[in-house]
Amino acid sequence: MLPENLIFDYSTPKILLIKLSGDWQISSGFISVNEVISQLVSHPDIVQINFSVSQDLKWDSGLVAFLLKLIRESAQKNINVSSGGLPQGAQKLLTLALKVHKKTISSQDVRDSFLERFGGKVLQISGSLSLGLNFLGDIVVSFSRLLRGKSCFRWDDFYLLLKRCGVDTFLLVSLISLLVGMILAFVGSIQLKMFGAQIFISDIVGIAMVRVLSAVMTGIIVSGRIGASFAAELGMMQTNEEIDALKTLGISPVEFLVIPRLLAVIIMMPVLTIYADFMGILGGFIIGAGMLNLNPIEYLHHTQTAVKLNYVWIGLIHSFVFGVIIAVAGCLRGIKCERNAAGVGVATTSAVVTGITGIVIATAIITLICQILGV
Amino acid sequence: MDSINQPVLEVQNLDLRYDDYVVMRGLSFSVNKGDIFIVMGVNGCGKSTLLKSLIGLMAPTKGRVLYYGKSFWDEDEIGKHNIMRCFGVLYQSGALWSSLTVGENIALPLQLYTKLSYQQIQEIVALKLSLVGLDGFGDFFPSGISGGMRKRASLARAIALDPDIIFFDEPSAGLDPINARKLDDLILELRDGLGATVVIITHELASIFGVGNNSVFLDAESKTMIATGDPKVLLANSKDLKVNQFLTRART
Repeated sequence: MLPENLIFDYSTPKILLIKLSGDWQISSGFISVNEVISQLVSHPDIVQINFSVSQDLKWDSGLVAFLLKLIRESAQKNINVSSGGLPQGAQKLLTLALKVHKKTISSQDVRDSFLERFGGKVLQISGSLSLGLNFLGDIVVSFSRLLRGKSCFRWDDFYLLLKRCGVDTFLLVSLISLLVGMILAFVGSIQLKMFGAQIFISDIVGIAMVRVLSAVMTGIIVSGRIGASFAAELGMMQTNEEIDALKTLGISPVEFLVIPRLLAVIIMMPVLTIYADFMGILGGFIIGAGMLNLNPIEYLHHTQTAVKLNYVWIGLIHSFVFGVIIAVAGCLRGIKCERNAAGVGVATTSAVVTGITGIVIATAIITLICQILGV
Repeated sequence: MDSINQPVLEVQNLDLRYDDYVVMRGLSFSVNKGDIFIVMGVNGCGKSTLLKSLIGLMAPTKGRVLYYGKSFWDEDEIGKHNIMRCFGVLYQSGALWSSLTVGENIALPLQLYTKLSYQQIQEIVALKLSLVGLDGFGDFFPSGISGGMRKRASLARAIALDPDIIFFDEPSAGLDPINARKLDDLILELRDGLGATVVIITHELASIFGVGNNSVFLDAESKTMIATGDPKVLLANSKDLKVNQFLTRART
């Protein structure tokens, strides 16, 4: 059934006259060309389509889109379409739309087989692994150039980055470490109370914070705050072709952008971790002395004897490794970012996910090694 | 909103500033239906700032911008929104949404502002892509096509809703002479086909003389307009040294 603003006139043999009237604008919706095609199929003798328009015709791209599709469909059925009776503007747009453009594209609509797709995925994973290794190699080379004094290294940038990694995360690290220390003390006290051994809370808090927890919590904070900002920053630079500009000037982006960031994080992570150790112990002390009525002097003395210098070194090794993971993940994701706005978002998320996953895996490995070595 | 003998766009005594920094003052001109109106001037004279205030991105400090007699900046949010529906903008960089394909870029305004079905929207998208000579590129992402093609794709998005007025911010910037000429021709053809009015911000002389039939010349030093009219007439008759230097590429 055809709508009332489209009338078909078959009065002349072999010629279809389409009478257009009424509203054919985008805002009011237009008719799908399939309805017209189905009418044409029922009159296979038609060889020519003409148009006539009434005075009340309101049209815009809606009509032209309809006509364009009709002309293309009719051409397949060897039906000639004459646009003579159409409004002049519509004729001009049709001529423009039907112009043959030199650049045509071939559509690749072939679906890969399961094996091909599986192989593709494997290649993709091995590709990203080699990408990571290449990047690490670049970092080692650039670092050796820095040590030999041949690197293009801007100290001003480096100091700013130190400030960003240290001062800007300082408050967050204070708060989180203090709370983690308090939570540990609370959770430990529930069990130790049963044995009347609450004083050992100081040992639990001290050892846990210094050996691993401070470093892990600081790592997670720095990864979320600094790693993500590195990825976003370098990703935007990649999008804006700033990294290409460095390359064309003969400056290695790894030397210029990655090394200062890597060094800043590697230096600030242990500093923040030591600070977090103290904040965590303070958190435990507040709960122990303030709420569990333990003797403050005794608490501190217990902590002092429980926390050995070895544990501090283990904590610092953790923080150093985490620093490398966070900086490499952030910079790698940023530099390999796709050149669009969505790419920057993906790079940022991926930097944080890679950073935190790397931190957890590294913690497990270091703990295992310490276990084997008996420290 | 259309009526006979009324300018499509009228600017009355417009002042533009960034905080205390005056960009332009005392701008007054009008654009009639079917005009291809050129806003020209040297780099940094405030052409793009003027465009911002015309398309609703920056409020002027004084004066009025009238569309079909309605003062844009005096309208409430709904009124402004309705006026903004009447114009399409081609940004200097193209400003295609990079996370969407070219086809989705054109389809988005249609999905937001019309009640068309998915199939109908695809037909309109196909038409707009054909109009700018990008048939079959609907599934490409903006990052996968050339600069000239991005510009045309962006034009297809600007005309998605059949706007009454199309604004072009430096359309031929970054294009080679052949493609710049093709884009000029396309502007003319679209103006005739869609019955639209065109405002072009440019300093490309070839475009100015090739398509413009009316213009305003902004001067960076005096911070106001110093000439208005058909660029060809300005070239022949203007006594102003700066206008002549600009239009003839004479050395200062």
